[in-house]
Amino acid sequence: MQSLIPDYYKELGEAARSGCRKVAWCSSVGPVELLRSLGFAVYFPENHGAMLGASRRAADFISAASALGLSPDICSYMTSDIGAFVQGKTALTSAYGLASVPRPDVLVYNTNQCRDVQDWFSFYSRHFEAPLLGIESPRGMVDVTSAHLRALGQQYQNLASQLEPIAGQSLDIDRLREVVASSLRCTTLWQEALRRGALRPSPLSFLDATVHMGPAVMLRGDPRAERYYEQLLQELDRRAQGGKGAIADERIRLYWEGMPVWGKQAELTEVLAAQGACVVASTYCHSFVFEGLSHPDPFEGMALAYSELFIARAEAYKERYLRTMAQEYGVDAIVFHDARTCPNNSNNRYGLPQRLRAQLGLPFVVIQGDLNDLRLFSEEQARTQLEALLEQVEAGRP
Amino acid sequence: MSGALYCGVDIGASAAKLVLIDESSAVLARVVESSGVDYAGIAQSCLERALGQLGRHADEIVWCVATGYGRNNVEFAKSRATEILCHGKACHHLVPGAITVVDIGGQDNKIIRLDEQGRQLEFKMNRKCAAGTGAFLEEIALRLRVPLEQLDALAQSSTQPVRLGSFCTVFAKTEILSHLRQGVALPDVIAGAFESVASRVLEMDALPGQVVVTGGVVAHNPVLEKLLSRTLGRSVIVPPYPQFTGALGAALCALESSRKTL
Ligand code: SF4
Repeated sequence: MQSLIPDYYKELGEAARSGCRKVAWCSSVGPVELLRSLGFAVYFPENHGAMLGASRRAADFISAASALGLSPDICSYMTSDIGAFVQGKTALTSAYGLASVPRPDVLVYNTNQCRDVQDWFSFYSRHFEAPLLGIESPRGMVDVTSAHLRALGQQYQNLASQLEPIAGQSLDIDRLREVVASSLRCTTLWQEALRRGALRPSPLSFLDATVHMGPAVMLRGDPRAERYYEQLLQELDRRAQGGKGAIADERIRLYWEGMPVWGKQAELTEVLAAQGACVVASTYCHSFVFEGLSHPDPFEGMALAYSELFIARAEAYKERYLRTMAQEYGVDAIVFHDARTCPNNSNNRYGLPQRLRAQLGLPFVVIQGDLNDLRLFSEEQARTQLEALLEQVEAGRP
Repeated sequence: MSGALYCGVDIGASAAKLVLIDESSAVLARVVESSGVDYAGIAQSCLERALGQLGRHADEIVWCVATGYGRNNVEFAKSRATEILCHGKACHHLVPGAITVVDIGGQDNKIIRLDEQGRQLEFKMNRKCAAGTGAFLEEIALRLRVPLEQLDALAQSSTQPVRLGSFCTVFAKTEILSHLRQGVALPDVIAGAFESVASRVLEMDALPGQVVVTGGVVAHNPVLEKLLSRTLGRSVIVPPYPQFTGALGAALCALESSRKTL
């Protein structure tokens, strides 16, 4: 289980070095199944962004990107990643022994999550003189309609034709079906694992879930990811049967809405655990559940799965989704992270917390911060706010 | 003097405050010192001064609760609570009923909403920015070379406060300099800075019910009470010793905790 991600990066490094396989860069909710079925080794820059965030050195890299004309107000995954690149650094060296990020043969984005991935990948497309392709998705959808799906399905078909000459092979539809089916099994297992968070006590916390979501992001469509989650499920069930929670004495259950503060994940988990509080569910980790892949047509399945996701939806959908999640996971309060450089994942800005409080009677707090740029985060202030939220939950109990 | 003592200590960014109360919640001693950098030391020194005033001993303290940014540094505290809880508790004790507490601190502002029973309904802290806090006024005083303690009197003498358009402390300072260059009188500029604090605070949240304002900034600058009332269109209440509200709340928490463990 532990060797899966290191093996994945080793293979990626090998593909880039030897040229034995073509390398495609892909956005995290991009068309990975298509790339995998065409034989590409697939690299996800967002994972690298998160690694830079967790290293707490992102601010240095963001400054280097600012000097290139990239505003510090845009995605700090993007600015830390590009800043590190221009300084000749990568978090992959210390973690997985790769000298550099793998050189792309093609870069493929999907604007379902934001425009930043498109701009981010264009930088590298210019630098490496590698083709930039993508799916241009509608955003802010209340419902995903058949009209949306038809147009998107067509885009996936076109993308496949554009990728074939780069891959040096034509698309084998049976292989695509196989990869999509594997991706679906992976996603179902991942969803099952996350659902264990509904147990009391929850056998996994937000911190655990962000660690375990790696294969769902980077290896979906690869059967090894399925094995990973089968083992994880067994482990979680063992813990649950033994009554073992992710934290010692779970008294308060929280929902986390928004991005993690990567450089402070452990500290925030500790602050909460010290008061008996555990984040048992999050939008972020659940975003890598793609039920739409069960569609009988693999193209429409990808179109559905990668357009119906939370981030691409209208506020009305988000409100319904969060209401259901809060109820299913039996949470006592909601933490909203307002990540300065990712408005796409900051859902406190249009009055949603207040509306949910009115509907569910749940207290909430909004933490100002960022995914990577710790200059935008005050640990002391966040600690006080989280503790005050927990005091409020405790005081409200009979 | 005899009887049990309950202690609340609030180590804030600028000042450390300590309050001792008795079993009937009556305040027996209040001490304030500048926080400095040695939070543990300053808490101890506040405690010794308070006990000294009363001629009492530390072992007569039944319970002590620490609050404020330095709450984890107070070695003699038996438990800790956030300043949000403590401000709410003290304000409800002083002004019973459904209230909204506005605490204007040296470094941050808080808005806390309480119901009739004093239960916390919600709270909000300012964004990570000095606008609207005591730090903003300190910066302005420094730039204008006016001692902090003169700010209030100068603002009170203003006849035509200027309007500062900028959110940002740095931009506001530039704006102030340009007003001065254009010949605007110093009191009007300072009153404008206070108005800017009042606006920043009031735009943080809706402020339903009776508004109670606490914190060191309003304690030292009564002009703010007037400005907040005027901008809000109804009068706000500033309880006595507004700088000590957090420490008083902590002392009340101490009294409550000791009763719970009986
Ligand atoms: S969704 Fe947010 S964090 Fe992710 S790439 Fe886009 S801007 Fe960056």
